[in-house]
Order: sequence, then C-alpha cells, then structure tokens
Amino acid sequence: MTRRRGRYWPSITALLLASLAATVVPLPDLLEPLRPNFVALTILWLCLLSVRSTGLLLAWTAGLAIDALHGMLLGQNALALVVIAYIALKMRLRIRAFPILHQSVVVFGLLAINEFILFWIDGIAGFPVTAWTRWLAVLTGALCWPLLTGLYSRLALRA
Amino acid sequence: MPPIQDQEHRPLLLEGPSLGLRLAILAATALALMVADHRQQYLGVVRGWLSVAAYPVLWAVDAPSSAWRFASETLTTRGSLKEENTRLSAANRELRLRLLRLDALEQENRRLREARASSARVAERSLVAEILRVDLDPFRQRVLVDKGSRDGVFAGQAALDGNGVFGQVTRVGPVSAEIIVISDPDHAIPVQINRTGVRTIAVGQGQTGSLLLPYLPRNADVVEGDLVVSSGLGGVFPPGYPVARVSEVRQDPAEPLLAVSATPLAQLDRDPEVLLVWFDNRIVEPEDEPDTATTDGQHAGPGAAAPPGPAEVR
Repeated sequence: MTRRRGRYWPSITALLLASLAATVVPLPDLLEPLRPNFVALTILWLCLLSVRSTGLLLAWTAGLAIDALHGMLLGQNALALVVIAYIALKMRLRIRAFPILHQSVVVFGLLAINEFILFWIDGIAGFPVTAWTRWLAVLTGALCWPLLTGLYSRLALRA
Repeated sequence: MPPIQDQEHRPLLLEGPSLGLRLAILAATALALMVADHRQQYLGVVRGWLSVAAYPVLWAVDAPSSAWRFASETLTTRGSLKEENTRLSAANRELRLRLLRLDALEQENRRLREARASSARVAERSLVAEILRVDLDPFRQRVLVDKGSRDGVFAGQAALDGNGVFGQVTRVGPVSAEIIVISDPDHAIPVQINRTGVRTIAVGQGQTGSLLLPYLPRNADVVEGDLVVSSGLGGVFPPGYPVARVSEVRQDPAEPLLAVSATPLAQLDRDPEVLLVWFDNRIVEPEDEPDTATTDGQHAGPGAAAPPGPAEVR
C-alpha cells in the first residue's frame, strides 16, 4: 500500500511547490490583498476531493513552508492548516456529495477559520494586521474553488 | 466511529495514531515552534537553513522578471545607450564638482568632530544587493535581497538607496536577507529636521508614500518642504542621510502634538537594488589628546563656559 501511495508524492509535491510559488508572485499593489491563499486551497482540495486521503502531516509541512517562505512566525500557518485539514478530513464524505457552489461555501468557512487563526496569532505575537482587506483573500479563495477543482481534476491527480 | 468512516480512513489508521491524536501532536508541535521562534535566539540556525531551502522557490519566481531586466539591458539600442551616456556623464560632471567641495568639507568636519571628541560616522563600505521581485506579505513592507551572512550582512544593518534611507536588515540567512522598509508600520527611525536640528522619530504607516512624525510638540519649527535626515541616535543608521521631505504639517488645536507627515526620498517601491552599508560607530579619539585639550582650554578662556568636548577628553 505504501508503495502504491508513493507514486503520488512527486505530483503532490509539485502541486504544493507551484501553489507556494503562486503565493509570492509579484502582483500590482491593488490586487495584492485579493490574492487567495493557494496553499490552503490546495491542501483543502487534497483533503476533500482527491481519492488518496492525504494526512495532516502534509498540511503541517506545507504550513511550515509558507512560514519559511514569507518570513512569518514559524508554525503559524502550520497550526492553521493542520486545523482546517482536520476539519476537512472529518467532513470529507459529506462534502464530496455537495454541488460545487455548496462546496465553495464550505471552503469559504474553512478559509475564514484559517485566516482567523493567523489573525489571532499575529495579535498574540504583537504585530496585528487589523486592516479589513486581509479578509478579502478568504472571499477570493472561495470564488477560486470551482476553477481550482476543475484544474486539479484535469491534472489527473484523482486517478 | 461509524464503520463507513473507518473504511475511508483506513490508510491513515493503519499507519499510526488516530486523526484526533495526530491533530493534537502536530498542533502542539506548531505551538512549541511558535513560542521558540518568538524568542528569536533559539531558532536562528533553523531559520537560516529554512531560508536557504526557500530560496530556490523565490529565485524561480523572481527569474522571469530578472530575465526581462537582463533582456531589456542587453537589447537596448545604440541610440538610447548614447543618450544615457550623455546624461550620465553630465550627472557625473556635476557630482564630481560637488565632490571637490565635499572632500574639503569632510576633512573639516572630521577635524571639528575630533576636537569635540564626538563620533564621526560615515559609511565606510557598501554592498549592492538586488531586491527579489517577490511579494512576502501584502500588509507589511518587507523585501528580500540576494545577499546574506555569506557576504557579511548582519541583522540591524542599514540599507540605503541612491536617494536616501531605505530600511534595515531584520533577518539574515546564508544567501538572503529580509529588509524592513522604513514605511513599514512596525518601523521607526530616529531623525532630525535638517534645517533646525529638531530631533524626533519617523514611523512608517504601511504605505510606501508616507511617513509620520508623531512626536513633535506644537511649537516645533517645522514647515512643509523641510528635509528630514537620519540623526544617528540608536546606532543603526549613519547620521545625516536624507530620509524624507515634510509634506504636510497639521495643527489640531485639541492635540498637544503636531501631525506631521513626510514623503520618503528613497524609491521604496521601485528600487531594483539597495546599498547595504557598514559604518564605523566607534568614538573617534583625537590622536594628541593633551595638546588639544590644553589649547582648546586656552581658546575658550577662563571666563567662558568651557565646551564639553575637551573636558571629556582623557
């Protein structure tokens, strides 16, 4: 079984690296707050829709990679992603039966939890970002969900 | 646990502890990491290595724009090169003229400072670092440069550009460093108004176009257009480098302090590269102490208030 699962690691790694890169691609200042959290979306997709269930460890590692890449507090995104990945894995069976827009709503909720944990830790660590624009990314993330699921299932990762 | 869920999660369950336990372990690890990282010193090395691991991703993201820069540099026409050359040599002539005067002024300044036994802090060495075109955080003004501890960069080092103070290094990895820009809301720089010498602090506001000078009393002599230079207090930035120009002075009768905003002179959002500087912040001791002290004392005369400088020379 481990051998069969092992075949998916290269594509999953590539997918995560690409979404990590997408979080740092320079954008015009106005669009910057709108950038969805691609890594969180990818993790959610892997947890909710891919046939192979991926573990929490992957979410944790991806979160740590975001922290390292963006120079944030180490463990901040790791915690947030582990929490939403846990919820997603718990809801996995129900969500797969939902129509796509309904899924977007669930994803909106999960991304909001993710952002709230980040916001909370920012506050505790002493550098709060209170601008309301930080919540825009949650909305754009949920709007991106239908496109992203379409793209990812084309990439034959479901096989 | 319902049986259907058991089937779904079999791969996980076969490999180890339950999902809930995994969550608890990973969340606790993340919390421990955050606590350790918040107390900076424990994770310095780990951070360094993580930044090396992250560098290829950042480099790959930066690659298209640096390739574009390279291409546009390589493919410029002869005409535009000539034009640029004319412009640069004109600028060079003017700068050299100014430099002639500067040499003399610097000598004089050094002599005067020696006489006062105060520190003469002038940037001694500088290193050009290229800014990677990556967005680290939309709500904080930090940039990443391609020089790190391998090149001698250290945390707390000042970064300038051709027009003024840019920021300071906050975190250093072996091959890269993070610079906090002076306009970041978490950044404050000790400054003084060049015209009057009033000292204050300029804090960032989160927008590249403006700094705030919130600690000036209402009777402070500040007008629009005043040049704000670094005061050198705090020892991070060399003194006397231009920081910003006062853009607005607002007096609110209800407030005890002035609301002064200033526009940074450095091109905070458009710089392709910055200068990291090393400067000497030791106190410059006069070479021949007894002589200076006595002659200065005589100059001052017995009745006049003795200048504090010579009195401190030992």
